Amino acid sequence: MTKLNTYDAAVAAFEPVLGLETHVELDTATKMFCGCATTFGAEPNTQVCPVCLALPGALPVANKAAVEATMKIGLALNCRIAEWTRFARKNYFYPDMPKNFQTSQYEEPLCEDGYVDVVVEGKPYRVEIERVHLEEDTGKTLHVGGATGRIHGATESLVDYNRAGIPLVEIVTRPVPGTGALAPEVARAYVTELRDIVRSLGVSDVRMEQGSMRCDVNVSLNRPGDEWGTRTETKNVNSLRSVERAVRYEVRRQSALLEAGDKILQETRHFHETTGETSPGRSKEEATDYRYFPEPDLAVMEPSREWVEELRSSLPEPPRARRERLQAAWGLGDKEMQSVVNADAVALIEATIAAGASASGAVKWWLGELSRRANESGAELGELAITPIQVAELQGMVEDGRLNDKLARQVIDGVLAGEGGPADVAAARGLEVVSDTGALEAAVDEAIAANPAVAEKIRGGKHAAAGALIGAVMKATKGQADAGTVRQIILDKLS
Amino acid sequence: MGDRTIDQTAAHMAEAIRTGRATSYEITEAHLDRIDAVDGTIKAFLHVDREGALATAREVDEAIARGEELGPLAGVPIAIKDVVVTKGLPTTAASKILEGWIPPYDATIVERIKAARMPILGKTNMDEFAMGSSTEYSAYQRTANPWDTGRIPGGSGGGSAAAVAAKMAPLAIGTDTGGSIRQPGAVTGTFGGKPTYGSNSRFGLIAFSSSLDTPGPVSRNALDAALLHEVISGHDPRDSTAIDAPVPPVAEAARLGATGDLSGVKLGVVKEFAEGSGAAEPGVVEAYQAGVEQLVKLGAQIVEVSCPSFVYALPTYYLIAPSEASSNLARYDGVRYGLRTGDDGKRSLEEVMSLTREAGFGPEVKRRIILGTYALSAGYVDAFYGKAQKVRTLIKRDFEAAFERADALISPTTPFTAFKFGERTGDPYQMYLADLYTIPSNLYGGPGVSVPVGLSEGMPVGLQVMGPVMGDDITYRVAAALESAQETLLADTAPEIEGK
Repeated sequence: MTKLNTYDAAVAAFEPVLGLETHVELDTATKMFCGCATTFGAEPNTQVCPVCLALPGALPVANKAAVEATMKIGLALNCRIAEWTRFARKNYFYPDMPKNFQTSQYEEPLCEDGYVDVVVEGKPYRVEIERVHLEEDTGKTLHVGGATGRIHGATESLVDYNRAGIPLVEIVTRPVPGTGALAPEVARAYVTELRDIVRSLGVSDVRMEQGSMRCDVNVSLNRPGDEWGTRTETKNVNSLRSVERAVRYEVRRQSALLEAGDKILQETRHFHETTGETSPGRSKEEATDYRYFPEPDLAVMEPSREWVEELRSSLPEPPRARRERLQAAWGLGDKEMQSVVNADAVALIEATIAAGASASGAVKWWLGELSRRANESGAELGELAITPIQVAELQGMVEDGRLNDKLARQVIDGVLAGEGGPADVAAARGLEVVSDTGALEAAVDEAIAANPAVAEKIRGGKHAAAGALIGAVMKATKGQADAGTVRQIILDKLS
Repeated sequence: MGDRTIDQTAAHMAEAIRTGRATSYEITEAHLDRIDAVDGTIKAFLHVDREGALATAREVDEAIARGEELGPLAGVPIAIKDVVVTKGLPTTAASKILEGWIPPYDATIVERIKAARMPILGKTNMDEFAMGSSTEYSAYQRTANPWDTGRIPGGSGGGSAAAVAAKMAPLAIGTDTGGSIRQPGAVTGTFGGKPTYGSNSRFGLIAFSSSLDTPGPVSRNALDAALLHEVISGHDPRDSTAIDAPVPPVAEAARLGATGDLSGVKLGVVKEFAEGSGAAEPGVVEAYQAGVEQLVKLGAQIVEVSCPSFVYALPTYYLIAPSEASSNLARYDGVRYGLRTGDDGKRSLEEVMSLTREAGFGPEVKRRIILGTYALSAGYVDAFYGKAQKVRTLIKRDFEAAFERADALISPTTPFTAFKFGERTGDPYQMYLADLYTIPSNLYGGPGVSVPVGLSEGMPVGLQVMGPVMGDDITYRVAAALESAQETLLADTAPEIEGK
């Protein structure tokens, strides 16, 4: 059983240092070094050719669109674009890597020395980018017959090479010290910002759940004033929430070890979504010597300064500027906007407004009820089975008085359960507000008769007392009355 | 020249086919019959495609009958070194690890040979993965030198050279990483050309050392090689290291050279080649010097040039080539194609990969993989691979300086004539010395050809002409001039082969 400290105790005694390596699959039409298609989810081994299968004699040719996309990412991350850059071979044996080396970059990456600024709990943090380089993805191996699904103990291994050779951009930060107790949030904010930047460039769909964006999280701890500690690298952390959880877990785990006088092993670890825990992978001490050397099959690249400037001038509005613009347009305060960002709801709210909802309505639903649902189910907001268009429709029904908030929440139940759009669910479940004034008047009369003392107070001018009668009417109509209408009827009758 | 069909030069065969004096079918069949007759003795071919070659020949004859204009070598049959990928024809690089593999695609140069309508006779033997200088490291068979069947035909392209020397093919494709076209040419009395690196596509060439490998022509004279050179050369967008520039006019240069006039041509002799352990054996030096005298008679001016870094060429090559090879050969793991050993359902994937490579690679290939892996490993990469790259730059500079003073450089092709089987397999260094004079051009990237210059104790000697990058034409001109000074092509004086 792994010993864990409480998080608060851990960050009281130790200072975390973060490091993040993020892989982004580019959505170029063809692979990095051949003309094969890159469609996600195709039948296994249907998007392959002599080059990406590493047949004898086949040679790579670099995909210009991928080089350009990488340069765009570099520029958007405030990097310097190399004047002279080349590919390198990273040599190691693995069955899903056809050549048994990965064509990557080593000493001469395409982009270097950038930064990403994030704000967490009102405090600014600058995450420095060491390098952005271009490489190729591996195939996927399915190990059949073992207990773990891992290669160890498997009776058969099946390999799909469709992904082999898809262009992959690796973005590596410098170590990030000084985040203290906010380390998990800073890590998450950085990955979120990076994702938004890459998405804004239109070069990747950056979907963590599909693996088109994957994160390796490095964490070390040191006591204040001491040198940085030994780091662990947690691999393939596949959601924003997991980034945060992985950092939190490692802080708790490492601090318990350090307090017990144990050493941290420099190792790679695996993150487990279900438990939020990490477990050891292979130890770095016995790690492969990758024997990097310059890729002799590919020519050196020397991106012209004209090309670089052309790309720089074509960059879209940075997400940060966009957020500031939207915040003003939506009339939100800093805290509220920060909540929107933290909930990863900017694009959702924007789309909801575009579908006709008011800004306040859109913000209310996504940050309120829908965020609560997401938290309950441990999902990201964007993963909920409700679209911005449906949220706009729901808000429209509320504004038209066809739904009240309570009914709207029941409609959400139905939409999330896959029963259809808001109008369908309302109709099918009979969740319309009762607007038949005759029925409401009867219910109001009943309430007045049952509560003569309250009625008397209202007659006496104490309009606030109407609440008790409204409650009684709502109860009688099983919540399907519009409270405003009921109130008006009561006041009309008692004045 | 004899008067059999197979004694003709490729240029003559092409002319005869074009003018209707002969058919491609009869010429192709004559070579296939020759293969049947003598390849039992020589063992130059790993695979013969009789039906495919005759089918192409028939198409050429039909096209000519229809009056179609065909290329300059249309209908002339050719043999291809087994390191070049041929769609539908077994391609093994003479390694057990690729036994039974049938490629689903053609190398660019094979596409060009097919587009030129040349019947492909088959695939020729070689040292496994082109690593060797005697073809003794083939995993399949031992190829004999047609001049003395107890001796090696050179390597790695011994099969292509022997096939051309024994007149089983008028032309062949070789590949040259450190001398694998030129040294076999020299020891079999044939012509071998290594073009400028990057001027011939490597796409579909099974990689040994990516920054050095160059495919090129094998023939019995300069003009035939030049014609083939022009068929296979030219930019290929599928090879990122291909040079996008016009092909030097090598056929024109060969014709110019054949007029026997070299006046105004300056030929550089590399001082360092003649010194110390670099000296060739006396018979080779003698034949080479006679060739130099002939070149002077043709009007060439000899200048001495100094290339001080050439003495490091061999160790430099034996760091760079194995380093790249160790990575290039990693793909042979039994997962996707070729040999798979030990997959009994109990062994792990790693064990199967390991057993496959253990069983599939021969001793020289393993030696070079180990050498290259070591040279690239952490802690050694700067001292070995890194240092070798620096020396490579110095060697390039030596060449560039030399070409300031000379139009081309000349040397013996190899320090010794064909040795007996088994003579050098016990000592790798003795084997590696065969490429002493050819390796510098590979490290530099410039062209080099080997042209027969004479005999030493009855065995052929080659003279090498090295040119500047993209200066392939001068090498052909000098070689063709040397041929013009000889009464008969050396290849036509080879002893007759006893069939088996």
